[in-house]
Amino acid sequence: MLPDARTLRVVQRRRPGRWLATILVLALLALVIRAFALGQIDWAVVGEYMTAPVILAGLVNTLVMTVCAMALGLALGVLAAVMSMSPNPVMVGVAKFYIWFFRGTPLLLQLLLWFNLALIFPRLGIPGLFEARTVDVITPFVATWLGLGINQGAYTAEVVRSGILSVDRGQAEAAQAVGMTRIQAMFRIVLPQALRVIVPPVGNEVVSMVKLTSVASVIQFSEILRNAQTIYYANARVIELLIVAAAWYLAAVTVLSLLQAMLERRLARGVATAGRPA
Amino acid sequence: MPMVAVRHLSKSFGAVRALTDVSLDVAKGEVVCLLGPSGSGKSTLLRCVNHLEKPDAGAVWLNGELIGYRRDGDRLLELPDGEVARQRQRFGMVFQRFNLWPHKTALQNVMEGPLRVLRRPAREARARAEALLARVGLADKADAWPAQLSGGQQQRVGIARALAMEPEVMLFDEPTSALDPELVGEVLAVMRDLARSGITMMVVTHEVGFAREVADRVVFMDAGTVVEEGPAAQVLGQPRQARTQAFLAAVLA
Repeated sequence: MLPDARTLRVVQRRRPGRWLATILVLALLALVIRAFALGQIDWAVVGEYMTAPVILAGLVNTLVMTVCAMALGLALGVLAAVMSMSPNPVMVGVAKFYIWFFRGTPLLLQLLLWFNLALIFPRLGIPGLFEARTVDVITPFVATWLGLGINQGAYTAEVVRSGILSVDRGQAEAAQAVGMTRIQAMFRIVLPQALRVIVPPVGNEVVSMVKLTSVASVIQFSEILRNAQTIYYANARVIELLIVAAAWYLAAVTVLSLLQAMLERRLARGVATAGRPA
Repeated sequence: MPMVAVRHLSKSFGAVRALTDVSLDVAKGEVVCLLGPSGSGKSTLLRCVNHLEKPDAGAVWLNGELIGYRRDGDRLLELPDGEVARQRQRFGMVFQRFNLWPHKTALQNVMEGPLRVLRRPAREARARAEALLARVGLADKADAWPAQLSGGQQQRVGIARALAMEPEVMLFDEPTSALDPELVGEVLAVMRDLARSGITMMVVTHEVGFAREVADRVVFMDAGTVVEEGPAAQVLGQPRQARTQAFLAAVLA
Protein backbone atom coordinates (compact mmCIF):
# COMPACT_ATOMS: atom_id res chain seq x y z
CA MET A 1 0.00 0.00 0.00
CA LEU A 2 1.58 3.36 -1.08
CA PRO A 3 1.13 6.51 1.05
CA ASP A 4 -0.82 9.48 -0.34
CA ALA A 5 1.89 11.41 -2.28
CA ARG A 6 0.02 14.70 -1.82
CA THR A 7 0.72 14.66 1.94
CA LEU A 8 4.50 14.22 1.48
CA ARG A 9 6.89 17.17 1.48
CA VAL A 10 10.53 17.59 0.48
CA VAL A 11 13.02 18.43 3.26
CA GLN A 12 16.32 19.93 2.08
CA ARG A 13 19.37 17.85 2.74
CA ARG A 14 21.72 19.20 5.45
CA ARG A 15 24.87 20.69 3.99
CA PRO A 16 27.48 20.82 6.81
CA GLY A 17 30.30 21.27 4.25
CA ARG A 18 29.03 24.72 3.34
CA TRP A 19 29.00 25.83 6.96
CA LEU A 20 32.47 24.51 7.52
CA ALA A 21 33.75 26.29 4.37
CA THR A 22 32.10 29.56 5.43
CA ILE A 23 33.76 29.43 8.83
CA LEU A 24 37.15 28.63 7.35
CA VAL A 25 36.95 31.43 4.76
CA LEU A 26 35.84 34.00 7.34
CA ALA A 27 38.67 32.95 9.65
CA LEU A 28 41.25 33.30 6.87
CA LEU A 29 39.81 36.68 5.86
CA ALA A 30 40.04 37.89 9.45
CA LEU A 31 43.70 36.82 9.59
CA VAL A 32 44.52 38.65 6.35
CA ILE A 33 42.70 41.81 7.42
CA ARG A 34 44.45 41.71 10.81
CA ALA A 35 47.84 41.25 9.12
CA PHE A 36 47.31 44.25 6.85
CA ALA A 37 45.89 46.37 9.68
CA LEU A 38 48.94 45.68 11.87
CA GLY A 39 51.39 45.81 8.93
CA GLN A 40 53.52 48.77 7.97
CA ILE A 41 50.84 50.41 5.86
CA ASP A 42 49.70 53.96 6.38
CA TRP A 43 46.07 53.71 5.17
CA ALA A 44 45.65 57.46 5.45
CA VAL A 45 48.30 57.85 2.74
CA VAL A 46 46.49 55.34 0.55
CA GLY A 47 43.29 57.36 0.87
CA GLU A 48 45.12 60.59 0.23
CA TYR A 49 46.75 59.43 -3.03
CA MET A 50 43.68 57.57 -4.29
CA THR A 51 42.45 60.73 -5.97
CA ALA A 52 45.76 62.53 -6.43
CA PRO A 53 45.80 64.40 -9.77
CA VAL A 54 48.91 62.54 -10.96
CA ILE A 55 47.31 59.16 -10.25
CA LEU A 56 44.07 60.18 -11.96
CA ALA A 57 46.02 61.45 -14.96
CA GLY A 58 47.74 58.06 -15.08
CA LEU A 59 44.35 56.33 -14.93
CA VAL A 60 43.08 58.42 -17.84
CA ASN A 61 46.23 57.64 -19.84
CA THR A 62 45.84 53.93 -19.11
CA LEU A 63 42.20 53.93 -20.22
CA VAL A 64 42.81 56.06 -23.32
CA MET A 65 45.72 53.83 -24.30
CA THR A 66 43.63 50.68 -23.72
CA VAL A 67 40.91 51.99 -26.05
CA CYS A 68 43.37 53.21 -28.71
CA ALA A 69 45.55 50.09 -28.67
CA MET A 70 42.55 47.73 -28.71
CA ALA A 71 40.98 49.69 -31.59
CA LEU A 72 44.19 49.38 -33.59
CA GLY A 73 44.55 45.73 -32.54
CA LEU A 74 40.99 44.87 -33.60
CA ALA A 75 41.30 46.66 -36.93
CA LEU A 76 44.59 44.91 -37.71
CA GLY A 77 43.26 41.62 -36.34
CA VAL A 78 40.17 41.63 -38.57
CA LEU A 79 42.26 42.70 -41.54
CA ALA A 80 44.86 39.97 -40.95
CA ALA A 81 42.18 37.32 -40.33
CA VAL A 82 40.27 38.17 -43.52
CA MET A 83 43.55 38.31 -45.46
CA SER A 84 44.69 34.96 -44.09
CA MET A 85 41.45 33.39 -45.42
CA SER A 86 41.64 35.09 -48.80
CA PRO A 87 42.06 33.04 -51.98
CA ASN A 88 45.01 35.32 -52.84
CA PRO A 89 48.24 33.57 -51.72
CA VAL A 90 50.13 36.87 -51.39
CA MET A 91 47.53 38.17 -48.93
CA VAL A 92 47.74 34.92 -46.99
CA GLY A 93 51.53 35.17 -46.86
CA VAL A 94 51.52 38.76 -45.62
CA ALA A 95 48.97 37.95 -42.91
CA LYS A 96 50.84 34.84 -41.76
CA PHE A 97 54.14 36.75 -41.64
CA TYR A 98 52.60 39.55 -39.58
CA ILE A 99 51.16 37.09 -37.07
CA TRP A 100 54.38 35.08 -36.95
CA PHE A 101 56.61 38.12 -36.41
CA PHE A 102 54.62 39.97 -33.77
CA ARG A 103 53.65 36.88 -31.79
CA GLY A 104 57.20 35.62 -31.99
CA THR A 105 58.96 38.55 -30.30
CA PRO A 106 58.45 39.86 -26.74
CA LEU A 107 56.16 42.85 -26.33
CA LEU A 108 58.77 44.67 -24.26
CA LEU A 109 61.27 44.33 -27.10
CA GLN A 110 58.73 45.64 -29.61
CA LEU A 111 57.99 48.66 -27.40
CA LEU A 112 61.71 49.43 -27.13
CA LEU A 113 62.08 49.09 -30.92
CA TRP A 114 59.25 51.55 -31.63
CA PHE A 115 60.56 53.95 -29.02
CA ASN A 116 64.04 53.85 -30.52
CA LEU A 117 62.89 54.03 -34.13
CA ALA A 118 64.85 57.25 -34.54
CA LEU A 119 68.07 55.24 -34.28
CA ILE A 120 67.15 53.42 -37.53
CA PHE A 121 65.25 56.17 -39.34
CA PRO A 122 66.20 59.66 -38.15
CA ARG A 123 63.49 61.19 -40.33
CA LEU A 124 60.03 59.89 -41.23
CA GLY A 125 57.61 60.89 -43.94
CA ILE A 126 56.44 60.54 -47.49
CA PRO A 127 58.94 62.19 -49.86
CA GLY A 128 57.51 65.44 -51.22
CA LEU A 129 54.41 65.38 -49.03
CA PHE A 130 55.60 65.77 -45.48
CA GLU A 131 58.62 64.93 -43.41
CA ALA A 132 59.46 65.19 -39.75
CA ARG A 133 62.13 64.21 -37.29
CA THR A 134 61.34 60.75 -35.93
CA VAL A 135 61.83 61.83 -32.32
CA ASP A 136 59.08 64.42 -32.80
CA VAL A 137 56.64 61.88 -34.25
CA ILE A 138 57.36 58.87 -32.05
CA THR A 139 56.42 60.24 -28.63
CA PRO A 140 56.05 57.80 -25.75
CA PHE A 141 52.30 57.78 -26.46
CA VAL A 142 52.73 56.96 -30.16
CA ALA A 143 55.41 54.34 -29.49
CA THR A 144 53.19 52.67 -26.87
CA TRP A 145 50.16 52.84 -29.14
CA LEU A 146 51.99 51.25 -32.08
CA GLY A 147 53.72 48.68 -29.88
CA LEU A 148 50.63 47.52 -28.00
CA GLY A 149 48.22 47.83 -30.93
CA ILE A 150 50.28 46.04 -33.54
CA ASN A 151 51.24 43.30 -31.10
CA GLN A 152 47.58 42.93 -30.07
CA GLY A 153 46.51 42.68 -33.71
CA ALA A 154 48.61 39.55 -34.20
CA TYR A 155 46.77 37.82 -31.35
CA THR A 156 43.35 39.19 -32.27
CA ALA A 157 43.83 37.93 -35.84
CA GLU A 158 43.77 34.35 -34.58
CA VAL A 159 40.73 35.03 -32.41
CA VAL A 160 38.88 36.59 -35.35
CA ARG A 161 39.91 33.73 -37.62
CA SER A 162 38.49 31.15 -35.22
CA GLY A 163 35.31 33.24 -35.03
CA ILE A 164 34.99 33.23 -38.80
CA LEU A 165 35.58 29.47 -38.90
CA SER A 166 32.79 28.98 -36.36
CA VAL A 167 30.19 30.36 -38.78
CA ASP A 168 28.58 27.72 -40.99
CA ARG A 169 29.70 27.83 -44.62
CA GLY A 170 26.06 27.90 -45.69
CA GLN A 171 25.77 31.43 -44.29
CA ALA A 172 28.26 32.87 -46.76
CA GLU A 173 26.80 30.73 -49.54
CA ALA A 174 23.32 32.10 -48.90
CA ALA A 175 24.82 35.61 -49.08
CA GLN A 176 26.58 34.85 -52.35
CA ALA A 177 23.37 33.31 -53.69
CA VAL A 178 21.59 36.68 -53.34
CA GLY A 179 24.42 38.29 -55.27
CA MET A 180 26.81 39.48 -52.57
CA THR A 181 30.51 39.45 -53.34
CA ARG A 182 32.81 37.42 -51.12
CA ILE A 183 33.87 40.58 -49.25
CA GLN A 184 30.27 41.76 -48.79
CA ALA A 185 29.26 38.34 -47.48
CA MET A 186 32.19 38.45 -45.04
CA PHE A 187 31.37 41.86 -43.59
CA ARG A 188 27.55 41.76 -43.75
CA ILE A 189 26.86 38.14 -42.84
CA VAL A 190 29.84 36.18 -41.52
CA LEU A 191 31.68 38.67 -39.27
CA PRO A 192 28.55 39.86 -37.40
CA GLN A 193 27.88 36.23 -36.47
CA ALA A 194 31.54 35.55 -35.70
CA LEU A 195 31.36 38.39 -33.14
CA ARG A 196 29.53 36.12 -30.70
CA VAL A 197 32.56 33.85 -30.65
CA ILE A 198 35.08 36.70 -30.86
CA VAL A 199 33.81 38.94 -28.05
CA PRO A 200 34.56 36.77 -24.97
CA PRO A 201 38.27 36.25 -25.80
CA VAL A 202 38.64 39.85 -26.97
CA GLY A 203 37.05 41.01 -23.71
CA ASN A 204 39.68 38.92 -21.99
CA GLU A 205 42.33 40.72 -24.05
CA VAL A 206 40.92 44.15 -23.19
CA VAL A 207 41.31 43.25 -19.52
CA SER A 208 44.86 42.14 -20.10
CA MET A 209 45.53 45.28 -22.19
CA VAL A 210 44.57 47.51 -19.24
CA LYS A 211 47.39 45.90 -17.32
CA LEU A 212 49.80 45.56 -20.24
CA THR A 213 49.91 49.35 -20.53
CA SER A 214 52.03 49.20 -17.37
CA VAL A 215 54.82 47.60 -19.43
CA ALA A 216 55.02 50.89 -21.34
CA SER A 217 56.31 52.56 -18.19
CA VAL A 218 59.75 51.49 -19.44
CA ILE A 219 59.42 53.86 -22.41
CA GLN A 220 58.19 56.73 -20.25
CA PHE A 221 54.49 56.41 -20.99
CA SER A 222 52.91 57.91 -17.87
CA GLU A 223 50.19 55.41 -17.01
CA ILE A 224 49.02 54.57 -13.47
CA LEU A 225 51.92 52.41 -12.38
CA ARG A 226 54.61 54.73 -13.71
CA ASN A 227 53.00 57.73 -12.01
CA ALA A 228 52.67 55.79 -8.76
CA GLN A 229 56.36 54.92 -9.00
CA THR A 230 57.26 58.55 -9.65
CA ILE A 231 55.50 59.48 -6.42
CA TYR A 232 57.05 56.76 -4.27
CA TYR A 233 60.54 57.51 -5.55
CA ALA A 234 59.96 60.93 -3.94
CA ASN A 235 58.14 60.00 -0.73
CA ALA A 236 59.16 56.32 -0.23
CA ARG A 237 55.54 55.24 0.39
CA VAL A 238 56.05 52.22 -1.88
CA ILE A 239 53.35 49.86 -0.62
CA GLU A 240 50.73 52.55 -0.19
CA LEU A 241 51.11 53.71 -3.79
CA LEU A 242 51.18 50.17 -5.14
CA ILE A 243 47.88 49.58 -3.33
CA VAL A 244 46.46 52.75 -4.92
CA ALA A 245 47.54 51.55 -8.36
CA ALA A 246 46.14 48.04 -7.76
CA ALA A 247 42.80 49.48 -6.66
CA TRP A 248 42.48 51.54 -9.82
CA TYR A 249 43.42 48.65 -12.10
CA LEU A 250 40.82 46.49 -10.36
CA ALA A 251 38.19 49.20 -10.69
CA ALA A 252 38.89 49.68 -14.40
CA VAL A 253 38.83 45.95 -15.11
CA THR A 254 35.58 45.50 -13.17
CA VAL A 255 33.82 48.22 -15.17
CA LEU A 256 35.12 46.77 -18.44
CA SER A 257 33.93 43.28 -17.47
CA LEU A 258 30.44 44.64 -16.87
CA LEU A 259 30.48 46.33 -20.28
CA GLN A 260 31.55 43.05 -21.84
CA ALA A 261 28.66 41.18 -20.20
CA MET A 262 26.24 43.77 -21.61
CA LEU A 263 27.71 43.46 -25.10
CA GLU A 264 27.48 39.66 -24.97
CA ARG A 265 23.82 39.84 -24.04
CA ARG A 266 23.15 42.11 -26.99
CA LEU A 267 25.00 39.83 -29.41
CA ALA A 268 22.97 36.85 -28.22
CA ARG A 269 19.91 38.33 -29.95
CA GLY A 270 18.31 35.80 -32.27
CA VAL A 271 20.17 32.99 -30.55
CA ALA A 272 19.31 33.24 -26.86
CA THR A 273 15.67 33.70 -27.84
CA ALA A 274 15.58 30.24 -29.44
CA GLY A 275 12.55 28.25 -28.43
CA ARG A 276 10.59 31.23 -27.18
CA PRO A 277 7.47 31.81 -29.27
CA ALA A 278 7.59 34.84 -31.53
CA MET B 1 17.12 29.26 -76.98
CA PRO B 2 16.76 27.51 -73.62
CA MET B 3 16.60 29.69 -70.52
CA VAL B 4 19.23 27.59 -68.78
CA ALA B 5 21.63 25.56 -70.89
CA VAL B 6 23.94 23.15 -69.08
CA ARG B 7 26.51 21.63 -71.42
CA HIS B 8 28.99 18.85 -70.74
CA LEU B 9 29.50 19.67 -67.06
CA SER B 10 32.04 17.62 -65.13
CA LYS B 11 33.08 18.15 -61.54
CA SER B 12 35.22 16.17 -59.14
CA PHE B 13 35.88 16.65 -55.44
CA GLY B 14 39.31 15.16 -55.01
CA ALA B 15 39.05 11.57 -56.20
CA VAL B 16 35.24 11.59 -56.17
CA ARG B 17 33.55 12.28 -59.49
CA ALA B 18 30.36 14.21 -58.72
CA LEU B 19 29.34 15.01 -62.31
CA THR B 20 30.39 13.40 -65.57
CA ASP B 21 29.53 15.18 -68.82
CA VAL B 22 26.04 16.33 -67.83
CA SER B 23 23.96 18.33 -70.32
CA LEU B 24 20.51 19.70 -69.65
CA ASP B 25 18.21 22.41 -71.01
CA VAL B 26 15.50 24.25 -69.11
CA ALA B 27 13.00 26.33 -71.06
CA LYS B 28 11.51 29.58 -69.80
CA GLY B 29 8.67 28.91 -67.37
CA GLU B 30 9.50 25.24 -67.15
CA VAL B 31 9.58 23.33 -63.85
CA VAL B 32 12.25 20.64 -63.90
CA CYS B 33 12.63 18.20 -61.02
CA LEU B 34 15.95 16.44 -60.53
CA LEU B 35 15.57 13.07 -58.87
CA GLY B 36 18.06 10.45 -57.93
CA PRO B 37 19.76 8.67 -55.04
CA SER B 38 22.02 10.51 -52.59
CA GLY B 39 25.40 11.29 -54.10
CA SER B 40 24.07 11.17 -57.66
CA GLY B 41 25.30 14.73 -58.32
CA LYS B 42 21.94 16.54 -58.36
CA SER B 43 22.95 19.15 -55.79
CA THR B 44 26.36 19.64 -57.37
CA LEU B 45 24.67 20.24 -60.72
CA LEU B 46 22.39 22.85 -59.16
CA ARG B 47 25.33 24.55 -57.42
CA CYS B 48 27.26 24.67 -60.69
CA VAL B 49 24.32 26.40 -62.37
CA ASN B 50 24.74 29.55 -60.25
CA HIS B 51 28.50 29.01 -59.98
CA LEU B 52 28.60 28.32 -56.23
CA GLU B 53 30.76 25.44 -57.45
CA LYS B 54 33.23 25.92 -60.26
CA PRO B 55 32.83 23.10 -62.78
CA ASP B 56 36.02 21.35 -63.91
CA ALA B 57 34.77 21.21 -67.49
CA GLY B 58 31.72 22.29 -69.43
CA ALA B 59 29.70 25.46 -69.03
CA VAL B 60 26.34 26.95 -68.13
CA TRP B 61 24.46 29.65 -70.05
CA LEU B 62 21.56 31.73 -68.77
CA ASN B 63 19.64 33.25 -71.68
CA GLY B 64 22.76 32.92 -73.77
CA GLU B 65 25.03 34.57 -71.17
CA LEU B 66 27.92 32.40 -70.07
CA ILE B 67 27.91 32.00 -66.26
CA GLY B 68 31.15 32.51 -64.36
CA TYR B 69 33.36 32.98 -67.41
CA ARG B 70 34.08 35.18 -70.38
CA ARG B 71 34.71 33.36 -73.65
CA ASP B 72 37.79 34.20 -75.68
CA GLY B 73 37.86 31.90 -78.71
CA ASP B 74 37.85 28.46 -77.17
CA ARG B 75 39.18 29.64 -73.84
CA LEU B 76 37.01 30.33 -70.78
CA LEU B 77 38.40 33.21 -68.73
CA GLU B 78 37.26 33.36 -65.09
CA LEU B 79 35.18 36.42 -64.30
CA PRO B 80 36.09 38.54 -61.27
CA ASP B 81 34.10 37.91 -58.07
CA GLY B 82 31.96 41.03 -58.52
CA GLU B 83 30.87 39.95 -62.00
CA VAL B 84 29.94 36.44 -60.83
CA ALA B 85 28.04 37.99 -57.92
CA ARG B 86 26.10 40.13 -60.38
CA GLN B 87 25.23 37.04 -62.43
CA ARG B 88 24.10 35.16 -59.31
CA GLN B 89 21.46 37.81 -58.67
CA ARG B 90 19.58 36.31 -61.60
CA PHE B 91 19.21 32.98 -59.78
CA GLY B 92 17.26 32.53 -56.59
CA MET B 93 18.52 29.68 -54.43
CA VAL B 94 16.76 27.78 -51.66
CA PHE B 95 18.93 25.57 -49.48
CA GLN B 96 18.31 22.23 -47.83
CA ARG B 97 19.25 23.62 -44.42
CA PHE B 98 17.53 26.98 -45.08
CA ASN B 99 20.69 28.98 -44.28
CA LEU B 100 18.69 31.89 -42.93
CA TRP B 101 20.90 34.50 -41.31
CA PRO B 102 20.25 33.99 -37.58
CA HIS B 103 21.28 37.52 -36.57
CA LYS B 104 18.56 39.03 -38.74
CA THR B 105 14.78 38.84 -38.38
CA ALA B 106 12.64 37.16 -41.04
CA LEU B 107 11.93 40.55 -42.62
CA GLN B 108 15.60 41.57 -42.52
CA ASN B 109 16.56 38.28 -44.16
CA VAL B 110 14.24 39.04 -47.05
CA MET B 111 15.25 42.73 -47.26
CA GLU B 112 19.01 42.22 -47.13
CA GLY B 113 19.55 41.42 -50.80
CA PRO B 114 17.38 44.19 -52.27
CA LEU B 115 18.82 46.66 -49.76
CA ARG B 116 22.54 45.83 -49.97
CA VAL B 117 22.89 44.28 -53.40
CA LEU B 118 20.24 46.01 -55.51
CA ARG B 119 20.58 49.21 -53.41
CA ARG B 120 16.83 49.70 -53.27
CA PRO B 121 15.53 52.39 -50.91
CA ALA B 122 14.72 50.97 -47.45
CA ARG B 123 11.02 51.84 -47.65
CA GLU B 124 10.60 50.06 -50.98
CA ALA B 125 12.64 47.02 -49.88
CA ARG B 126 10.57 46.73 -46.71
CA ALA B 127 7.23 46.98 -48.50
CA ARG B 128 8.30 44.34 -50.99
CA ALA B 129 9.68 42.05 -48.28
CA GLU B 130 6.41 42.33 -46.35
CA ALA B 131 4.46 41.45 -49.49
CA LEU B 132 6.70 38.42 -50.10
CA LEU B 133 6.34 37.20 -46.52
CA ALA B 134 2.58 37.51 -46.95
CA ARG B 135 2.82 35.52 -50.15
CA VAL B 136 4.48 32.62 -48.32
CA GLY B 137 1.94 32.93 -45.51
CA LEU B 138 4.20 34.51 -42.90
CA ALA B 139 2.96 38.10 -42.73
CA ASP B 140 2.71 37.80 -38.93
CA LYS B 141 6.27 36.47 -38.51
CA ALA B 142 8.10 39.45 -40.04
CA ASP B 143 9.82 40.38 -36.77
CA ALA B 144 10.56 36.83 -35.62
CA TRP B 145 14.15 35.60 -35.41
CA PRO B 146 14.89 32.47 -37.46
CA ALA B 147 15.45 30.48 -34.26
CA GLN B 148 11.87 31.22 -33.25
CA LEU B 149 10.47 29.72 -36.47
CA SER B 150 9.71 26.10 -37.30
CA GLY B 151 11.68 24.45 -40.09
CA GLY B 152 8.80 24.87 -42.50
CA GLN B 153 8.46 28.56 -41.66
CA GLN B 154 12.22 29.08 -42.01
CA GLN B 155 12.20 27.46 -45.42
CA ARG B 156 9.31 29.67 -46.54
CA VAL B 157 11.31 32.72 -45.42
CA GLY B 158 14.20 31.25 -47.44
CA ILE B 159 11.95 31.14 -50.50
CA ALA B 160 10.81 34.73 -49.92
CA ARG B 161 14.46 35.80 -49.55
CA ALA B 162 15.32 34.24 -52.91
CA LEU B 163 12.25 35.75 -54.61
CA ALA B 164 13.12 39.22 -53.28
CA MET B 165 15.91 39.45 -55.85
CA GLU B 166 13.35 38.95 -58.65
CA PRO B 167 15.35 36.07 -60.11
CA GLU B 168 14.85 34.66 -63.58
CA VAL B 169 15.35 31.09 -62.35
CA MET B 170 14.66 29.56 -58.94
CA LEU B 171 16.98 26.78 -57.77
CA PHE B 172 15.73 24.51 -54.98
CA ASP B 173 18.31 22.24 -53.35
CA GLU B 174 16.31 19.54 -51.52
CA PRO B 175 14.08 22.17 -49.91
CA THR B 176 12.10 19.70 -47.80
CA SER B 177 14.76 17.12 -46.88
CA ALA B 178 15.60 18.69 -43.51
CA LEU B 179 11.99 19.14 -42.45
CA ASP B 180 9.84 17.18 -40.03
CA PRO B 181 7.29 15.22 -42.07
CA GLU B 182 4.33 17.30 -40.94
CA LEU B 183 6.02 20.51 -42.17
CA VAL B 184 6.81 19.34 -45.69
CA GLY B 185 3.33 20.13 -46.99
CA GLU B 186 3.42 23.87 -46.26
CA VAL B 187 6.70 24.33 -48.15
CA LEU B 188 5.53 22.23 -51.11
CA ALA B 189 2.32 24.29 -51.22
CA VAL B 190 4.33 27.50 -51.59
CA MET B 191 6.45 25.89 -54.32
CA ARG B 192 3.34 24.67 -56.11
CA ASP B 193 1.99 28.24 -56.15
CA LEU B 194 5.30 29.50 -57.49
CA ALA B 195 5.31 26.89 -60.25
CA ARG B 196 1.81 28.00 -61.29
CA SER B 197 2.95 31.63 -61.40
CA GLY B 198 5.14 30.68 -64.36
CA ILE B 199 8.62 31.18 -62.88
CA THR B 200 11.35 28.87 -64.18
CA MET B 201 12.31 26.33 -61.52
CA MET B 202 14.96 23.66 -61.08
CA VAL B 203 14.10 21.49 -58.08
CA VAL B 204 16.35 18.84 -56.57
CA THR B 205 13.97 16.74 -54.51
CA HIS B 206 13.07 13.37 -53.10
CA GLU B 207 9.35 14.21 -53.22
CA VAL B 208 8.18 12.01 -56.06
CA GLY B 209 4.57 13.06 -55.48
CA PHE B 210 5.49 16.72 -55.89
CA ALA B 211 7.46 15.97 -59.04
CA ARG B 212 4.58 14.00 -60.53
CA GLU B 213 2.12 16.81 -59.82
CA VAL B 214 4.13 19.94 -60.56
CA ALA B 215 7.09 19.11 -62.79
CA ASP B 216 6.90 19.66 -66.52
CA ARG B 217 9.91 17.46 -66.85
CA VAL B 218 11.76 15.02 -64.60
CA VAL B 219 15.47 14.34 -64.84
CA PHE B 220 16.70 11.18 -63.16
CA MET B 221 20.38 11.18 -62.22
CA ASP B 222 22.66 8.48 -60.89
CA ALA B 223 26.42 8.38 -60.31
CA GLY B 224 26.96 11.85 -61.74
CA THR B 225 25.16 11.33 -65.05
CA VAL B 226 21.67 11.89 -66.42
CA VAL B 227 20.13 8.42 -66.70
CA GLU B 228 16.74 9.37 -68.05
CA GLU B 229 14.69 12.48 -68.65
CA GLY B 230 11.27 13.29 -70.01
CA PRO B 231 7.76 14.38 -69.06
CA ALA B 232 7.00 13.65 -65.40
CA ALA B 233 4.23 11.20 -66.21
CA GLN B 234 6.50 9.19 -68.47
CA VAL B 235 9.67 9.08 -66.31
CA LEU B 236 7.73 8.41 -63.11
CA GLY B 237 4.97 6.33 -64.70
CA GLN B 238 6.78 4.20 -67.26
CA PRO B 239 10.50 4.56 -66.56
CA ARG B 240 12.58 3.01 -69.33
CA GLN B 241 15.86 2.58 -67.51
CA ALA B 242 16.39 -0.18 -64.96
CA ARG B 243 18.11 2.24 -62.53
CA THR B 244 15.13 4.60 -62.61
CA GLN B 245 12.76 1.69 -62.04
CA ALA B 246 14.80 0.43 -59.10
CA PHE B 247 15.00 3.90 -57.52
CA LEU B 248 11.27 4.55 -57.87
CA ALA B 249 10.44 1.11 -56.53
CA ALA B 250 12.61 1.80 -53.47
CA VAL B 251 11.27 5.35 -52.89
CA LEU B 252 7.62 4.47 -53.38
CA ALA B 253 7.78 1.23 -51.42
